[in-house]
Formats: sequence, C-alpha cells, structure tokens
Amino acid sequence: MARLKKLYLGAIIVFLYAPIFVLFAQSFNASRYRGQWTGFTLQWYEKLFTSDEILAAFLNTLTIGLTAALFATLLGLVTALAIRGLSKKSQLAFRGLANVPLLNADIVTGIALMLLFLGLGLRLGYDTILMAHVVINLPYAMLCILPQVMGLDHVCYEAALDLGATPFQAFRKVILPELRPGIAAAFLLSFAMSADDFIVTYFTKGAGIDTLTTAIYAQLKLGIHPEMYALSTLFFLGVIVFVALLMVNWRLLKRRQGKEWE
Amino acid sequence: MEKELLRLEHIDKSYGSRQILEDLNLTIHENEFLTLLGPSGCGKTTTLRLIGGFERPDKGRILFDGQDITDLPPEKRQVNTVFQKYSLFSNMDVAENIAFGLRIKGKPASYIRDKIKYALKLVNLDGYEHADVTALSGGQQQRIAIARAVVNEPKVLLLDEPLSALDLKLRQSMQRELVKIKRELGITFVFVTHDQEEALSMSDTVVVMNQGWIQQIGTPESVYNEPENAFVADFIGDSNIIDGIMVRDKLVHLLGKDIPCINTGFGENVPVDVQIRPEDIQICAPEEGQYRGIIRSVVFKGTVYDITIEAGGFSWLVQTITGHEQGKEVGLRLAPANIQIMAKPASEDEEAAHDA
Amino acid sequence: MMHDSKAVARLFAAPFALWAAIFIVLPLLFVFFHGLTDAEGAFSLANLREAVQMEYLRALGLSVELALISTVLCLVLAYPLCLILQEIRRGRMVLIFLLFLLPLWMNSLLTTMAWQTILEKNGIINMILHALALPEVTLINTPLAIVIGMVYNFLPYMVLPLYVSLADIDKSIIEAAHDLGAGRFQTFRRIVFPLSLPGVISGCTMVFIPALTTFVISALLGGNKILLIGNIIEQEFTAAYDWQLGSALSMILMVFIILNIVLEAFSGRETGKQEVKP
Repeated sequence: MARLKKLYLGAIIVFLYAPIFVLFAQSFNASRYRGQWTGFTLQWYEKLFTSDEILAAFLNTLTIGLTAALFATLLGLVTALAIRGLSKKSQLAFRGLANVPLLNADIVTGIALMLLFLGLGLRLGYDTILMAHVVINLPYAMLCILPQVMGLDHVCYEAALDLGATPFQAFRKVILPELRPGIAAAFLLSFAMSADDFIVTYFTKGAGIDTLTTAIYAQLKLGIHPEMYALSTLFFLGVIVFVALLMVNWRLLKRRQGKEWE
Repeated sequence: MEKELLRLEHIDKSYGSRQILEDLNLTIHENEFLTLLGPSGCGKTTTLRLIGGFERPDKGRILFDGQDITDLPPEKRQVNTVFQKYSLFSNMDVAENIAFGLRIKGKPASYIRDKIKYALKLVNLDGYEHADVTALSGGQQQRIAIARAVVNEPKVLLLDEPLSALDLKLRQSMQRELVKIKRELGITFVFVTHDQEEALSMSDTVVVMNQGWIQQIGTPESVYNEPENAFVADFIGDSNIIDGIMVRDKLVHLLGKDIPCINTGFGENVPVDVQIRPEDIQICAPEEGQYRGIIRSVVFKGTVYDITIEAGGFSWLVQTITGHEQGKEVGLRLAPANIQIMAKPASEDEEAAHDA
Repeated sequence: MMHDSKAVARLFAAPFALWAAIFIVLPLLFVFFHGLTDAEGAFSLANLREAVQMEYLRALGLSVELALISTVLCLVLAYPLCLILQEIRRGRMVLIFLLFLLPLWMNSLLTTMAWQTILEKNGIINMILHALALPEVTLINTPLAIVIGMVYNFLPYMVLPLYVSLADIDKSIIEAAHDLGAGRFQTFRRIVFPLSLPGVISGCTMVFIPALTTFVISALLGGNKILLIGNIIEQEFTAAYDWQLGSALSMILMVFIILNIVLEAFSGRETGKQEVKP
C-alpha cells in the first residue's frame, strides 16, 4: 500500500514535470526546431539578453505585474475592511460582486473589458492592460486578505485605543501587523496571476505592445524563438531560489519573533 | 466483584522518543464504571485509545473476554467510544448519525427505527430525529454522541473527557445522567477525565495515573481517604503532605512531635509521607493543641473557610465551616484516624524518569 | 471600526463600489449591448439566432464534452493524490507541497507547447514507442491531446480546494466511523466523500469553466482542426471582427458560468453549515 502511494505520487510528479523538463532541454538545444536534438548550446541564453523584443516584453510584464499587484492589494485591503463593517446582506453582495472576475471565464472577462475600453473611447495599450490586470487580480487579493480581516480580534484594536492610541495609530500598530502575511500573500499571488495571464491581456493589449505571454503566443504561430525557453528556464529557477529564500526567511522570522517582544 | 471483561497486560506505548505508557496492567470488570484519572499527559487517553483500537501497543496485549484483541481494528471490537469533541457526522441528521453503526451492520429498518427511538429517549432527546446536528448545543451533541455509541450495544463504552467542553451546571447534570444511563444499560463504562470531582462522584473504580504509571486503583472512598502515595494525595482533593518518620506502629514523628496514628506495618524509624486533609484538622485553644500556631490568612470559599496556619515550621491548610480571626494564636489537633501514612517513592525520580 | 464603524465601512466601501460599477458591471453590460443589437445599434435578436446555428452548437457541444471529460479526469487524479497528501507528516509537508505547486509557475503557454513536443508525430512518446518497437500513435491534433493539455493546466485548480476540504475533516470523525463498525471503504463512502463534497464541487467548477472556454489549448494541441467555442469567439473578435456575434456567443457561455456559480454558491452554503458547530 505504501509503495502504491509512492508510485502514484511519483507518476503525478512525472506528469507535472515532463513538459518542464522538455522546456529545460530545449533551452540548451542547438537546433531552433522542436523535436530534434542537434547538440548542446548556451546561445539562446546569450541571445536572450540581447533581444530588444523580449526585453521589452519582459519589462512590460514586470512593471504591469508589480503595479497591478500594488493596486489590487490596496483596493483589496480597503474593500476587505469595508466588508467587515457591512451588514450581512451587503457583505454577501460585495463578496459576490468581487468574485465575478474569478468565476467568469477569462475569455468573457477579456472581451467585456475590451468592449468597455473601446466603448469609452480608450486606445488599447499599456494602460488598458494594467487596468484589466487589476480587475482580474482583485478577487485573488481579496481571497488572501478577507479571511484575515474577518478574523481580526476587535479587542486588540480596542485595547490599543484604551491605551491612548488614535484610531490611525491603532490601525497601523495593531491591525496592519496582523494583516501583514495576508497582504504579502495578496501581492505575490496578484503578481503571479498577472505575469501568467494571457487571455485577458490578449484582448486588452492592442497592437504594438506585448507582455511575455502575448509575445510567446505570437511566436507560437510563426515558430517560437528558443530564447523563450531560456527565459522560462531562468524564470523557473528564479522562482525556486525565491521560494527557498522565503522559507529560510520564514524560519528566521519565527525564531526572531520571540526576541522582538523582550 | 463481577466477572472480568477486559485486561491490559504489560502494555508499553511510546510516540517517537516519548514513552507514554510503561508496563501498564489493568483489569476491567463487567458492569463496572471505571475512571482513568490524571493530569494531562499521564497516558489516560492513550490507554482509552488502546482499548478502542485506535492505537496499537508497542508491547503487551489486550484481552477481551479472554480473547486477544490487540491487533483487532476498531470496527471489529465490541467497544464504542464517545469522543471528546463528539465527532458527529455533520453531513447527516441526528437519526442518521445514530443509525450509522446499525446500518453498517445491515440491521433491518424497523429495528433501526426502534433503536433510534429508544436511544433518543435514553438521552432525553425524544423528537430530535431530524434535527441538524450542527444546530444542536454542546450538551445535546454530547447526548447524541452517547446515543450513537450505545445503540450498537457495546459491552464497553469508552468516554474520552466527554464533559470537558460543557459548562459547570451542565456538567453536573450530565454526570448524574451518565450514571443513570449506565445503570439502565448495565454495561461497562471506561471514563477518562482530569477532573477529580467527576471521577469521585460517578465511578465504581478510580484509576489514578501519572506519567504513564498507575498510581493507585481503588474505590472513590479509598483513593480519597487512603491515598497510597503523595501524588494521589496531592492530586485528589486538598492535602497537607508533610515529611515524617514512622517511629513504630501507630506512632509517627511529625514536625518535632510524636503523634499517634492508626497505621501499622511500615517498620521502625522509616521516612514516610504524612497526609492530613484540611477538613480533618481541628482548631482549638493554643494550650489544648498538639501544635501551636498563628493564623496567617482566612479566605471564605462559599461553604468553607480556607485558613492558613503557620505551626511547627509548616504552613497548614485547614478548612472550617466557621470563620477565625487572622493573626490569632491557635492550637491544632489531629485525630489518629485522620492521619494517612504513605510510603515514600522508592527513588525520588521514579516518576520523573518516564518524562524523557 | 468601533462606534463609527458604519461610517468608516461606508467610506471604505466607496472605492470598490465605484470600481465594481465601472470594471465589473459595465463591461458585462457592453457584452449584452453588443449581443442584443445590430450594426446600427438597434435592438435585435438576430445575433443570438445566428449563435445557435448548427456549426456553433457543435463546437459548444464538443467544448462541453471535452471540458466534462477533463473535469472528471482531474477529479479522479486529484482525489487519491489529496488523500495521500493528508497522510504526510508536517515536517515534510511544505516540501511536498512546493513540489506540486512549482509547476504552476511555469508559463502555461510554454508548457502546453512542450506537450506538443511530447505528443506530436515525431514527439517524445512516439520516440519511446519506436525504441520499444511498438507501433506509433497519433496523439497530436486529437481531442485526447486537448484533454491532456486541459488536465495538465487545470489539475491544480482541483487539487487545492479538494485538499483543503479533506484537511478540514476532523480526524476523530473518521475514528468515530471506525468505532461504529465502518471499514475503510464504508468510512470513505459514507463520511469522507460526503464531507469533501464542497471541495469536489468547488474544484469541478474551477476546472470546468476554464476548460470549457479555452482557446489556447485547443489551438496548440488541436492544430486549428478542432474548434472549440473559445476558438470561435476569439476569431469573431480578432479575425472576423463580428463583435455582435462574438458577444452573443459569450452570452451563451455566460449561461454555463451562471449555472456554475449557482452550484458553487449552493455548496458554499453547505460548507457554511459546518462552521456553525459550537
């Protein structure tokens, strides 16, 4: 039984990592074409850093991702605090409304936003992608922050007021620290969603601007530049490093937490 | 005593490097209300889980009606459990919860219906068949958990601190009710608690445990009145426990004075623990007492006064039903029958050794 | 947040209310507007009539079929996985979890394309079969390839809610079932599975909707030969420029989405019930 379980876990892992392994291999493949191995090369990694097109798309993904995550997190925090103070009925309405982009199909969201932007006479471009990303990020940000806000202990806040803090101080010193993990998670998840989004970006981007995902899609039709494999390999390794650092940091934080209160 | 039903023999159990039980031996009889009593971490719940079949011992065996059931899974044992958190199935209503075990066994529908009715009557919840279990109060959930267990007609009902989540008033009425249910069913109850009052008021037999060892087995009266060691004396009720030396039979040297007592068989000049219950100490005029002392504090506790008296270099706890004046000089008198002599543990760390 | 909580709540609620009106409600109204008007902007049901033509209905039917198959496959794969994950000790938990979550960080377009490399005629699977002297198989540009792509992309959406709902089940409830005579299978059928239903439903809706509406996976692994409803809508907007028809088709998709939301909300109420437990 235990063996069967391990076998099963192993099979799923193979399934999950098979395409990733293929991408790794292709990033070192001298041939520009998929499916034939003509030798090991690092040229795609070199070219990656000299391709203006990819660099531009990468910068767009990065700046749009960070800005959209920031806005989504802020709006999510304010909205979560609002929801806490609302009546049960309004809470339900707010939550339902906030979840629409999450439950809706991306293609419908993308099309609807495109029609909105064009209907309002906006030119599709960087700004419309940014707005669209805040729209799709918001439910994820709320997902991270709302449970923590709802679980806030009212008494701590009141105790802070009792001890002479102004409401703003009490919020900053008592509530915000408690929400920090949720806020961080909201930001990270938003950024991830934004960086990985293709469909909504595709419909709201207009001509002449690309993020990494739309650049990849455009290339898929013509034949992909192997630099993209190199980029995704680097990105994946970057994520692993980031997660590892996060975990180390977490442990240090936990250990330090006790001392901070002394 | 009735016929033997369950026997735990030389049970060892540890989790990782933590030894929970060591060489535990326990016999449980038919129709007995037996309580495992001890502080948290003493191994009482583990003992219960071993009987229920949720844990396997590392060593030793468990006999049920003479048969070895050590490796029998819980679903095959003639034992049912009332869990601490009730553990009702939230996807089922009250009747479905109670019927669960019977349906598994493939009992006919009419039998199940009668059983549900009977069980709900037993726990005083007639008419709750189709209530949503999550909408019930803690006390009601507790009763359903009992009903769900007893319809399977187990020979032994295991109860894991079933009253700990209830408030005081409810706990007391549930204590009476449990005794009533037990009497009506005529089966064995094995009850786990850390509450000595609960243990003393309900049980036929109390098993006092500490750090994986059984400290004493006896009737509620005997563990209260004749504790076998300082742990039991201290854990059950309030006690004054003082180092003494048994001079000879019926005479103990205590705080510089030879005091008559009724215990025999300890030998001569043997160090012992001496236990005196606070309600057994008489306060009298200074010159009439065996010890002279000063009243340090008086605290009214509702029905009695807790009085601290400094006498003979020891701080005595005395309980009286009349108040006394703080700072007054008084005498203390001990009746021989109220002095309980207990052997010292063989070595100081006999108990502590099992911590690691 | 205290005495003035109402006022603060209202103040904090304003940005979202405005945001939701402009970016959540208004865009959908635009879809309805285009779906229900003709080129001149007059009310018309012509688009909807056109949208229910045989050609589109067939694409919709195929989309529903493939999405359903993928959803069921995801459930069948994820359930044992989540059950096994429940048993993992706390210390190793984080590592194992990361192992399963890391692939999420790989761009899904690229991994889908990697599946092309694995499944195609001269792809990895056929290379392996060839090496074993087995006959080659045609996988690429078949519905099966699309289903594999869907399962790969959407499996995490099934695993996460399912894992959470299984983890929520108190261990003592399972012990109680054993105690009452239920074996492993009966405990699963009568207790574990019913209690995990909210997670199952939530996972199914989270897989079904993106699978139903994808156009990327079908474009990459179906080779433009197999048209799903998503591909048709995409083409109406990016190639045919028939916004009216595209909007009408989107409205039909929304019917499925609303059905899903209703289902999800219903299961959410069921879970809510569990939380009341004192």
